[in-house]
Amino acid sequence: MRFTLNGKKRQVQAPPMKRLLDVLREECGLTGTKEGCGEGECGACTVLVDGMPVNSCLIPFAQVRGSLVTTIEGLKGRHPLQDAFIAEGGAQCGICTPGMILAAAALPRRATLNEIRLGLAGNICRCTGYTAIYRAVQKAASARSARRGRQTS
Amino acid sequence: MLHDEGSLVPLAGCTDVYVGLNFGTLPAKRFIDLWPLDDLRAIRITDGALSIGALATYTELIRSPLVRKRLPILAAAAREIGGVQIQNRGTLGGNVANGSPAGDSLPVLAVVEATLVLSSAKESRRVPFNSFFTGYRKSVLRPDEIIVAVEVPRVDGRQWFRKVGTRAAQAISKVVMAAIRSDSPRVAIGSVAPTVVRLPKTEASLSSRASISEARRTLEAEIQPIDDLRSTAEYRRRVSANLLERFWNDTAR
Repeated sequence: MRFTLNGKKRQVQAPPMKRLLDVLREECGLTGTKEGCGEGECGACTVLVDGMPVNSCLIPFAQVRGSLVTTIEGLKGRHPLQDAFIAEGGAQCGICTPGMILAAAALPRRATLNEIRLGLAGNICRCTGYTAIYRAVQKAASARSARRGRQTS
Repeated sequence: MLHDEGSLVPLAGCTDVYVGLNFGTLPAKRFIDLWPLDDLRAIRITDGALSIGALATYTELIRSPLVRKRLPILAAAAREIGGVQIQNRGTLGGNVANGSPAGDSLPVLAVVEATLVLSSAKESRRVPFNSFFTGYRKSVLRPDEIIVAVEVPRVDGRQWFRKVGTRAAQAISKVVMAAIRSDSPRVAIGSVAPTVVRLPKTEASLSSRASISEARRTLEAEIQPIDDLRSTAEYRRRVSANLLERFWNDTAR
């Protein structure tokens, strides 16, 4: 089956009802996507499908035919959100972090604190208490707009 | 395919189906994927009714100018379902087909007296939402039919919706209520019976201009909540009556 994974066209053989989460980890070797609860409660397995955050534990592989799938590996460790999570202590045990960062990446550019809270409501973190995560997301947004400002001036 | 091959489980957003599959509570092995059927995603006005394709996701309901204008309580219900990840995949048709008594969109469809459009390979038929469910997770949907659309007539009166759960996001309802304030008020409630229910006695009490405390007592006698892992019957009865009073106060002129 053909789909685009982290910007590259891929053809992958896997059963149609295999969970996208398992195809990413097993067939594609991308283990950055984590399984938390396996029932769509925790958001640890969040990836972007056509730019929208989804729980990859609840998606049959057949449903991403022709879609654009982005995992944490697609950000290549150089995304402003990744820098901000490190700088602000937004990650502790790390299980929720890839999903948290991908859900945050889909937020509007000038998200308010309330919009960040709503956008990340489907991502559960048992370590940080969320404060450092929200701070990291806000910091990344201002870093991105500062960078854009420099590019346009 | 449903007609010829039988016993296929239709798939849409899979947000409930996969929970059953991952935990071994859904024995099915054969599925039919409806997700690519974009024709079933349209939200439009047809003959004065708001017609919502069964595959419209909660995110699409939240963003739809038509839903926000005509049926804001459906957008409100969609906002309280799961988190963004679930809203991006879960569908209105799936919420109905899954038939959980705690389904958050269901009291809205009950209170607005929606009509479901059901289709098989041979025919289409229209079933009033309020006669769709026949028992706990049981409905009049035949094995060779799917839900293709939900039609909502124009709603007169002030719309009201409230979900009570453990946490604002990602929590299953302990009690969920939708109501309409008009000359003949309507109230529907989820998580207090084997299916979502309208409350005709409570509605009659409200329209007779009885006191709100009398309407509360009527409601407490009219619902049959149970104790389960999410809540107790006593808590649900008390909260349901509180929600009724909140509805009545919030929608007073």
